[in-house]
Amino acid sequence: MRTAFIQQLLREAETNERIFLIVGDLGYNVVEPFRDRFPDRFLNAGIAEQNMTGVAAGLAKEGYNVFIYSIANFPTLRCLEQIRNDIAYYNGNVKIVAVGAGFSYGSLGMSHHATEEVGIMRTLPQMVVASPSDPGEARAVATLSAQYEGTMYIRLGKAGEKQVFPHPDDPLELGKLHCLQESETPNLLLVTGNILHEAVETVRREKMATAIYSVPFIKPICKEQLVALAQRYPHIVTLEEHQASCGLGSAIIEQLSDAYAQGRLQAFPKVKRIAVNDRYVDVAGSQQYMRNISGLMLKKEDFL
Amino acid sequence: MESQIFAKQIRERSLQMVHQAHASHIGGALSMADIIAVLFTHVMRYDASRPDWEERDRFILSKGHACVSYYAALAQVGFIADADLDTYSQNGSQLMCHVSHKIPGVEVSAGSLGHGLPYGIGMALAAQRKKRHYRTFVLLGDGEMDEGSNWEGLMFAAHHRLHQLCAIIDYNKIQSLGNTNEVMCLEPLKDKLVAFGCNVLEVNGHDHEALLSAFRQFEQEQQRPTVIVAHTVKGKGVSYMENNLAWHYKSPDDQQLEAAIEEIEQ
Repeated sequence: MRTAFIQQLLREAETNERIFLIVGDLGYNVVEPFRDRFPDRFLNAGIAEQNMTGVAAGLAKEGYNVFIYSIANFPTLRCLEQIRNDIAYYNGNVKIVAVGAGFSYGSLGMSHHATEEVGIMRTLPQMVVASPSDPGEARAVATLSAQYEGTMYIRLGKAGEKQVFPHPDDPLELGKLHCLQESETPNLLLVTGNILHEAVETVRREKMATAIYSVPFIKPICKEQLVALAQRYPHIVTLEEHQASCGLGSAIIEQLSDAYAQGRLQAFPKVKRIAVNDRYVDVAGSQQYMRNISGLMLKKEDFL
Repeated sequence: MESQIFAKQIRERSLQMVHQAHASHIGGALSMADIIAVLFTHVMRYDASRPDWEERDRFILSKGHACVSYYAALAQVGFIADADLDTYSQNGSQLMCHVSHKIPGVEVSAGSLGHGLPYGIGMALAAQRKKRHYRTFVLLGDGEMDEGSNWEGLMFAAHHRLHQLCAIIDYNKIQSLGNTNEVMCLEPLKDKLVAFGCNVLEVNGHDHEALLSAFRQFEQEQQRPTVIVAHTVKGKGVSYMENNLAWHYKSPDDQQLEAAIEEIEQ
């Protein structure tokens, strides 16, 4: 997924001279083609994320569309105040790209588990939060972010994710949920991030009858589309590799609750959130292992 | 305008603003007033009728709490109206008590310390990559040098030979809760900055000739980022405020204001 994203960014940079890529001394075997092709628009800022983020803000102020690339919590939590004060406040043209969504770097330990940063990023005004689910969506987000003027957080998985959607070249529209399959049942599964592949495999293997949508943008979420989906599918399950607090499920419930309170939604659907339950994982393990011990699994009884 | 007159006027205006608003941070606004005056009268290229002029020099006030003398300078040269200064800290005013980029002529908002230098480094890096001639000036407080982000930035600026970058440290020796050498000693500050790879110039930050000479040396530098360590006096120009921590917080009452203005006009 990370390679798909950077390759697409490289393609965009061929025709978009404003694209500038900064890495925080990470990205071995991923970012080198960009570095070699556009040395004037590439920078390794070293292991100094506060400065890196401030530098990105200054470059954006001078007209660049700056992509910061690092892993897990380093480009978000470590330099949160720089993101808030120096970038988001201006709606600065900076895209913060973190690889290692959720437990992608499971065995590397708690420091490398990105399980709170969606909540933190989506709290910031003017911040778009993108969370593609497969390599095709990652490429689509790269294209969209190359054109988008403003601040974005882009959460990527790692390497080797399988393509889930049958048409990997489909573009994405900002805020729109991405339909994988509809259903005749009341069930709707909303998934964000690279856990989508496993979720889809489970649904098919266990013959769960449900609509499935990917949520490539946790902020903004298209209100009209979500309300229409909630009217059609009153039984919603959300799945994410993130704390239950402030993540995808929270965002969905907030939107639905607002729509219900404002009379745009007549009946409040049942929403079951599957997410990490307010804990850190403190043992080694693969991404799969981490997901399992965190309860990030679909069960038949989750659906009607 | 002559820089000494400019400095006097922004000192007076700053005192009036904090008096009217019952605001803090006059001590640090007075300590940097001469630096601001020299920059605006003899060093920086700008056009108040075109705040976004591409070739303008960039200026960042990283010690954003001391903004009153900067606001006064912006009014003095015409970026904003003098009457705007009277709205300082009032409900709905863009003149917040920490500098705001919403004001014409201001590049960057500040308030939380340790942000301005990395931001300015990004602007200086853009000049280098785009082969542009504008210079970037960042004015920092001394207490602010406690922040690790500044040292990350200095290491970066030296590594990338950002010679169009000039940081000025307003070294008034007093930070929020005490003297800098008691809270967190910066010394040997010059040696540290030299070790980080900077072109370091140490001057009396109230001596306009010395400041101007330092800025001219910065303009000659072709390799290293410049850091001017400006030795200053907190509260400079108002004897009862000088070197007194209390004036990091207090605002002068009517009588104190009168005495202060009288002293500055002498």
